[in-house]
Amino acid sequence: MLEFIVLVLSIAFFFYTLLGGADFGAGIIELFTGNKSIRPIYKAIAPVWEVNHMWLILAVVIIFNGFPPIYTQMSISLHIPLFIILMGIVLRGTAFTFRHYDTHVDGTHVYYHWIFRISSLVTAIFLGVTLGAMMYGKIDNDPSSNFQAQFIAPWFNYFCFSVGIFVALIFAYIASIFILGEAIEAKQVKFYAVLAKRFSISMIMVGSIVLFLAYFNEVPFFTLALSSPISWAAFIGASILLPVIWIAINKQQFQRIRVLVAAQVGLIMLGWAAAQVPILIHMKDGKHLTLYNAVAPKATLYYLTIALVVGSLLIFPSIYYLFRIFKFKP
Amino acid sequence: MDVLTAARLQMAFSLGFHIIFACIGMTIPFFMAYAEWKWLKTGDIVYKDLTKAWSKGIAIFFAVGAVSGTMLSFELGLLWPEFMKHAGGIIGMPFSWEGTAFFIEAIALGVFLYGWDRVPKWTHWFSGLIVGISGLASGILVVAANSWMNSPAGFEVINGEYVNIDPLAAMFNDAWFSQALHMSLASFVATGFAVAGLHGFYLLKNKDNEFHKAAFKIALTFGTIAAILIPISGDIAAKDIAVRQPAKLAAMEAHYHTEKGASLILGGIPNHETQTVDYALHIPYALSFLAHGDLNAEVIGLDQIPDDEEPPVLIVHFAFQIMVGIGSLLALIGLVFLFLNWKNKALIYHALFLKILVFCIPLGFIALEAGWTVTEVGRQPWIIYKVMRTKDAVTPMPGIQYSFYITLFMYLFLSAVLFWLMKRQINAIHQEYPIINNKEKID
Repeated sequence: MLEFIVLVLSIAFFFYTLLGGADFGAGIIELFTGNKSIRPIYKAIAPVWEVNHMWLILAVVIIFNGFPPIYTQMSISLHIPLFIILMGIVLRGTAFTFRHYDTHVDGTHVYYHWIFRISSLVTAIFLGVTLGAMMYGKIDNDPSSNFQAQFIAPWFNYFCFSVGIFVALIFAYIASIFILGEAIEAKQVKFYAVLAKRFSISMIMVGSIVLFLAYFNEVPFFTLALSSPISWAAFIGASILLPVIWIAINKQQFQRIRVLVAAQVGLIMLGWAAAQVPILIHMKDGKHLTLYNAVAPKATLYYLTIALVVGSLLIFPSIYYLFRIFKFKP
Repeated sequence: MDVLTAARLQMAFSLGFHIIFACIGMTIPFFMAYAEWKWLKTGDIVYKDLTKAWSKGIAIFFAVGAVSGTMLSFELGLLWPEFMKHAGGIIGMPFSWEGTAFFIEAIALGVFLYGWDRVPKWTHWFSGLIVGISGLASGILVVAANSWMNSPAGFEVINGEYVNIDPLAAMFNDAWFSQALHMSLASFVATGFAVAGLHGFYLLKNKDNEFHKAAFKIALTFGTIAAILIPISGDIAAKDIAVRQPAKLAAMEAHYHTEKGASLILGGIPNHETQTVDYALHIPYALSFLAHGDLNAEVIGLDQIPDDEEPPVLIVHFAFQIMVGIGSLLALIGLVFLFLNWKNKALIYHALFLKILVFCIPLGFIALEAGWTVTEVGRQPWIIYKVMRTKDAVTPMPGIQYSFYITLFMYLFLSAVLFWLMKRQINAIHQEYPIINNKEKID
């Protein structure tokens, strides 16, 4: 049961990174390239927009139902970054929808543009900051510690922000690939191809900084990753895919690039998971919250599993149907 | 402002905001599915335009509901971590089903909004129906989780540990049915009357507009059916509360003294000093009858509730009066609608009746918020009734007042933008579907 729940949780995170990530990334691309990206972005994400963010809700529900102590600890120690993420999700979601369904375009859209763009970037960064804080090992559950130690130190540091920027770049990279498949004009194709390449170079650079900072700050993740052969293999695999993807971009094999990039992102996530899991949160006192010691009672897992099995049987075919209608048709 | 007050206010505003969008999002799809069905059956283009116009509104309301719902799923932990630590494993099940239902709703909405030319007509209609059904299902499931806080079940507390967890018993607790039924009906009443009022407003300007006439009638029919049924679910809920949560009932009624043959108190201002309700109307024996189905039954008063377990009487009493008052008024208007429709169909578009409906636009939602105030404030000081106090569940994080101010400002801002956006949307309908204004000429 636990294995199945973790599997669904992983799938939810994977799809959220790909689809939700494409969505955040779209806002980030708009931030850097301006109004000319608006139309291709609508074309790429509008029909599936509503669904992309359901993955996050699914993941949150699985965590607070199946692993309540993890949800609770994160809610307390990472209150501030999580609150910023929430503001971002609400603001960018409403700005995108308001802009999209508005009846005509006029000067007011400037506000929607900037709310959508800035909150896309900020939310993506703080999602990464939160992830970084789970690895960083400064989460403090001692109620006698001061405010700084309990609520700021776990996430406010160079390492967590480097992870934040890395995540934002992954999202922007995914988005540029996603839009690339929808672009029709040769000019657009060229533009987003260059963009995708730039984002992938930045990703490698920031990724190295993340590892460097992990080493310098003695983040437990670093030694864990070093000692895990699966992590090594996955990270090397993701790097090897890079030139393959560049070639595919040059040859304009758009469907193939999407699959390759999905595989690449999957490998990066696998490399992370192989080092980190079963630990989900590294605490300041050296203890851990893991998939085993933070798990809900058997009865809860049993009913959660039933819900997830039935849910998967309903959701996955419907999602396939939705994507078949809007994404796979020539 | 202390952390507890700030956390309660932030939760109240977040829920209060979300509820409106959730209700509209789970109700209008049924109006839409009905309108599209009429179009498919009769071929009357007015119904197609109506379906399209409503679906645009739904898309906006759904998105706002989805993001404010995402916010709530985090706020449960951000504000009440101690509650979620124990409750997460017990009432997570309805949430996991709710997640599924919500997911299906989003997928079906995607097909509905963007699939007009891509899927067969009846598949399109069916996807709209699925939006409504799964929306309603997720509403019911969330209310089931809330009802557990009023009627905790499916666990035991031994030495501070929550053990012997039975998620099924927790979900199907004693309160889930009455709360879910009452809420679903309330959602149809509030949305039905609000939508009818809105189209009524445009009918006052343009009385022969077939589009608004059709919309008005469909929305008001749904609203009326629910408004006539809702006293029944209210009665079921009240009888349930009388047995399970006597403190809440006593606060709703401002019923200070335990007595047999208790009278029902209408209106008035509860006076805590004298333990009486000033300026109120008393209906002898009615409370005993309504609460227990027996004119002479004993109704527990606030005198039997320990001082530190007493809910804020003033707020709960007022909120309850507002809810019942509005509910009765809307049921009455519903009956008038049925009478007019039976007497002479043209009468339902009479200017005076339309004006009354325009006045009713916000009423259903005010009643809805008041009803939730009764449920939530009436449960205080408990977050899990008789198990955990709200003050013991709140986050140790200081400075929650700032996050409350930010949240409040953001939601007020979004409401203002949305109001303005909807106005643009409705004004545009007339330009986008010229047939709406000129149906007679085209015919």
